[in-house]
Amino acid sequence: MRRFNTNAQITDMYLNKLTIKEASEGLKKKKFTSVELTQACLARIKKRNPEINAFISIFEEQALEEAKKADEMIKKKKQKALTGIPFCVKDAINTLDRRSTGSAKILDNYISPYEATVIRKIREQGAVLIGKNNCDAFGHGASNENSMYGPVKNPHDLTKVAGGSSGGTAAAVADDMCIFGIGEDTGGSIRQPAAFCGIVGLRPSYGRNSRYGIMPMASSLDTVGPLTKTVEDTAILMEIMAGHDPLDATTVESPKRRDAKFCVCTEKSIKSLRVGVPREYFSVDGMDEEVKRVIEKEIEKLKKLRNLEIVEVSLPMTKYAIPVYYIIVPSEDSSNLGRLDGIRYGVRADAKNLYDTYAKTRARGFPEEVKRRIMIGTYALSAGYFDAYYRKAQKVRTLIIKDFECVFSDVDLLITPTTPTPAFGIGEKKDNVLAMYLADVFVSPAAVAGLPAISVPVGNTKKGLPVGLQIIGPRLSEDLVLKFANLCE
Amino acid sequence: MLKLFQVFYLSYFWYNIFRMALTTKVIEQVAALARLELSEKEKKMYAEQLSVVLGYIGMLNDVNTDNVIETSQVTGLEDVTREDKVVERSEEIKKKLIEIFPDRVGRLLKVKAVFENTDAQI
Repeated sequence: MRRFNTNAQITDMYLNKLTIKEASEGLKKKKFTSVELTQACLARIKKRNPEINAFISIFEEQALEEAKKADEMIKKKKQKALTGIPFCVKDAINTLDRRSTGSAKILDNYISPYEATVIRKIREQGAVLIGKNNCDAFGHGASNENSMYGPVKNPHDLTKVAGGSSGGTAAAVADDMCIFGIGEDTGGSIRQPAAFCGIVGLRPSYGRNSRYGIMPMASSLDTVGPLTKTVEDTAILMEIMAGHDPLDATTVESPKRRDAKFCVCTEKSIKSLRVGVPREYFSVDGMDEEVKRVIEKEIEKLKKLRNLEIVEVSLPMTKYAIPVYYIIVPSEDSSNLGRLDGIRYGVRADAKNLYDTYAKTRARGFPEEVKRRIMIGTYALSAGYFDAYYRKAQKVRTLIIKDFECVFSDVDLLITPTTPTPAFGIGEKKDNVLAMYLADVFVSPAAVAGLPAISVPVGNTKKGLPVGLQIIGPRLSEDLVLKFANLCE
Repeated sequence: MLKLFQVFYLSYFWYNIFRMALTTKVIEQVAALARLELSEKEKKMYAEQLSVVLGYIGMLNDVNTDNVIETSQVTGLEDVTREDKVVERSEEIKKKLIEIFPDRVGRLLKVKAVFENTDAQI
């Protein structure tokens, strides 16, 4: 587990490397100020971002202003959970009075007049918004190459992708350009880049965190979650982010019971846990041998824990998750993206009539993958095809959910690799649509079923690329997922 | 892995050419419905790629879904409602919304005429 000696002399040199917990304690004990902490992050951004391209917007002036206010609050002993801690947000999430492009040129000039609920909650706790992250445009992609602001590079190897779609956020957190980040996961967009960049990324249960203010992709799958340096930080953020929001009718109340709080724990407090390893997640074509070895080694390590039983299980519907995903997502996507027409906001193209205004605005403002999804979705929803595609996918979705329900009647949690390979090369899959879609093969099933799942870094390949372990739990079992994830970290 | 997918891609590509490849005419119709202007190059590219993707998705036909109820949401929540009430927003928010209009006359949003040149549409 990643830990720094907080008693040691803290210099500006590594303030940006701190976790939420460490930064919060340091601020409280007045070892450093929020301005110093924010400056350390900004210095790191200036040094590394030109290469990595993790940010679309950097709010230097406003961030230092917010940090100054945070320092005053700390002086007055009014420190809250995140007071003075710099963070970054995926650009497909709206932030009040700040540019929010979704990584597409159609919103290049868009200054959001409102704020996503989760971001409001985090900023109310005093966090300092340092910048907005590059991502696949509107979350469409698994490599961050579908951004109209250039690809994000993996901090561990600049020739590799950072993963997607929340690639900029994952790279920024992994490279210590901020203390934590907020991303969005529709089919793996938090977990997959977290695994590629070697950090912790949680996709909460659908309905756990409010989606209000998120640029909608597939409304029946979208979730918002944290990307952090430790599991403990994720738990801290979930306590703040989770809960019912009147502005999102799909949200559920947060657990009130004390034992269901989002927190981490030690081996001792785990009381008899049965964990399943689904065999389908180890036998796909193209599975990387090194990834398999790292995960198997981790499983061997876990077997030695007290009160923990690991058994092999089967999820036969696994292979259908990607085809289901690539009908449901483009269908809901193409409907949601209808609002982006250059009429009320965004960049409008000059045209001679209304039809051309729409068609040209969208042609210029969307990248290739966004257009591709609009085309797939519009086709799948068009008259005569609805039953064959969308309704069929929804029915298979039911069977995938039943698959998980059946397994969870036997085991408490599932562990799998997060991805079949480590981060792949930039440009490697760019012209092969299907290969790119299959990069999400292990992360999409939990998304389709609306389950919570976390990716935790558990090792590296020989070339130093991180490998992530995925832990999937039953619906609304984030507390258990986090507790167990802490033991794997 | 890449090689395998390339083989996969090509075999599916040819499979679809013979079976259900989308013509550029279908692509044009879909693009018009989606209000999306496509270049000739894009039409050809999307015709090929959509055929591949839809061909791959076709594997769902192997799954028996008789008597299976479709899932449209996973929360288990039912009939979540709120009062249908207009909420007045502050002048400040109204000003911000008007400021981000791409084109305007005073406080009014400016758009091209809605009822003309309808023959360009489907």
